[in-house]
Amino acid sequence: MISAPPPVASSGPHPAPAASDTARPKIEAIDLSAWYGTTHVLRNVSLSVPANTVLAIIGPSGCGKSTFVRCLNRMHELVPGARQSGQLRIDGEDLLSRKVDPVDLRRRVGMVFQRPNPFPTLSIFDNVIAGFKLNGIRGDHAAVVEKSLRRAALWDEVKDRLHASALSLSGGQQQRLCIARALAIEPEVLLMDEPASALDPIATAKIEELIHELKQVLTVVIVTHNMQQAARASDRTAFFYMGELIEHGDTEQIFTNPREPRTEDYVTGKFG
Amino acid sequence: MSLARRRFTSRAMTALCGLALLLALLPLVSLLMLVISRGAAGLSFDFLTQLPRPVGESGGGVGNAIVGSLSIVALASLIGIPVGVGAGVYLAENGDGRAGKLIRFTAEVLSGVPSIVVGIVAYGLFVVPMHHFSALAGAVALSVLMIPTLARGTEELVRLVPRTLREASLALGIPEWKTALRVVVRTALPGIVTTALLAIARALGETAPLLFTALNNQYWSHRPDEPTASLTVQIFNDAVSPYDELHARAWSAALVLLMLVGLLSIGARLFARLRARGQR
Ligand SMILES: Nc1ncnc2c1ncn2[C@@H]1O[C@H](COP(=O)(O)OP(=O)(O)OP(=O)(O)O)[C@@H](O)[C@H]1O
Ligand SMILES: [Mg+2]
Repeated sequence: MISAPPPVASSGPHPAPAASDTARPKIEAIDLSAWYGTTHVLRNVSLSVPANTVLAIIGPSGCGKSTFVRCLNRMHELVPGARQSGQLRIDGEDLLSRKVDPVDLRRRVGMVFQRPNPFPTLSIFDNVIAGFKLNGIRGDHAAVVEKSLRRAALWDEVKDRLHASALSLSGGQQQRLCIARALAIEPEVLLMDEPASALDPIATAKIEELIHELKQVLTVVIVTHNMQQAARASDRTAFFYMGELIEHGDTEQIFTNPREPRTEDYVTGKFG
Repeated sequence: MSLARRRFTSRAMTALCGLALLLALLPLVSLLMLVISRGAAGLSFDFLTQLPRPVGESGGGVGNAIVGSLSIVALASLIGIPVGVGAGVYLAENGDGRAGKLIRFTAEVLSGVPSIVVGIVAYGLFVVPMHHFSALAGAVALSVLMIPTLARGTEELVRLVPRTLREASLALGIPEWKTALRVVVRTALPGIVTTALLAIARALGETAPLLFTALNNQYWSHRPDEPTASLTVQIFNDAVSPYDELHARAWSAALVLLMLVGLLSIGARLFARLRARGQR
C-alpha cells in the first residue's frame, strides 16, 4: 500500500511542539476500551494530546482508528450494541460520565468524515450555518458563514454563489464545506477521519495547509492512511495495531526512530 | 450458441415483451376511450358547477359531488397524512424494537382490510352514535385506508437517506429528534410528497367506505357533520338507477373523476421530476 518511505527530512517546518509531554493535555484517554457487541476492538488505549497540536492516527485497516475518534465525540455509542469503558477527558473533565450530555459534547468536539457529506437539500450558506440554526444559536449568520468559509479556505471560490446547492461543488470543495460547517460552531477539538482520502493531491494539500492554520485555535486529531500526510501535517503520531496503541510520540521520532519494530515496519511500508 | 441463433432469440424476446406491453396497455386504453366517448358529451361548465336535477329536468350537474369529494379527501388527508407519515418516520428511526414490530404488523393487517369493512366500522363508530351520516365519518374511513400505505412508503424512503447524513447532523451536536425531522425527513421529503399525492389519488377513487358514512346529498353541504355528496357515490347511485339520463350523468362524472385522479398522478410525477432536477 505504501510504496516509498516518507520524506520526513523535507517535511516542512515543524513548529517544535513546545515540550508536548509537559504541556497541559487537551484530550486524555486512560485505559479506553471499546466493543461492537462482543467484539473487542479497542484495547486499553492510553494517550494524551496537548492543546493546539495535531495528532495523527495511523495503522492498518480495521485496527480501530475510526472507533477511537468516534469515542472522542461519543458517536461510537450510537451504533446499536456498541459500548466503551475506561476514561476519556477533555480539559480534565470525564466525557464518559453520566453528567455529560453527548449532544453538548459534540458541539465542543467537531468531526469531519471520510467522504464529504454536505446536506444535499441545503445551499452552501445553509450548510455552513446548519449547526448554528438547528441548535437555535442566534447571531449574525452572514458573518459566521463568511468567517467559517474563510477559515476553511473556501470563501474565494464560493462567495458569489452562496445560495447554490452544496452538491454543485467539487468533491474537494464539498470536503472544505464540511470543515467550514464543523468550524462554524467553534469547536475546541476537530476530529478528521481520513478527510483527504477521496481527494486529489491539490485538494489534499489545501486541507493539510488548513490543518496547520487551525491548530492555532483548536486541537486536531486526524486519521490517515497516508504516511507522508501524517509526517507533514502532525506534531504527534499514534500507531494503532489490532485495537492496541502500539506506540505514540512526536511525529519526527515515530518516523525516524520508532521504538517498536512493528511501528518501523508499518511506517516504512513493510506491511500495511 | 451461434450468433444467428442469439440474434433470433433476442428478437423473439423483444417481440414477446412488446406484446406483453400491448396486452397490459389494452385495458387502460379501452377504459379511457370508453369513458371519454360516453362521458365527454355531457361535460359543460354547468355540469361542473350546478347541483344535480331530478330525472326529467334537463341541465344540472355534479358540482356538489366534486366539492364534496375534494373536501372529504382533504379532511381525510388532514388526519391520514400526519398519522401515516409520523408512523413511517417512527418505524424507520426506531422500528426494530417491540413497538416498531407491532406497528408494522398492524399496518400490514390494516392494508389488507377490504375498504367496505372499513366503511362499516366507521358507520358503527361515528354514524350510529352521532345519529347522522357525515363527511367526517367518510374522511375517517378514507384516512384509515391511507395510513398503512403512507406509513410503509415513508418508512422505506426515510431508510434510504444515507447514514452519513444523519451522522453529519449528530456530529454537529444536533439532538436526535431534530436530526430525524429537520435533516433525515427533510431529505426524504420529495419522495414523501409523491407518496402522499398518490395516496390522495387512491382515496379519491374509493366508493365503498363512503356508502355508509358520507352517504350522499342532492344539495351543497356546508359542514363536515352533514351527509355529503361525492363523485364516486354519485356515480354508483346513477349507474344502478333505471334511467338513461342518470346513466349519462354517471359516465360524465366518471370522466371528471378520472381527470382529477389523473391530475394528481401527473402532479406527483412532475413534482418528483422537478425535485430530482433540483438536486443536481
Ligand atoms: N458498526 C460496526 N459493527 C461491528 N463491528 C464494527 C463496526 N464498525 C467497525 N467494526 C469493526 O471494528 C474494527 C475496527 O474498525 P474501525 O472502523 O475502527 O477501523 P479503522 O482502523 O478505522 O479501519 P479503516 O482504516 O479501514 O477505516 C474492525 O474490525 C471492524 O470490523
Ligand atoms: Mg476508519
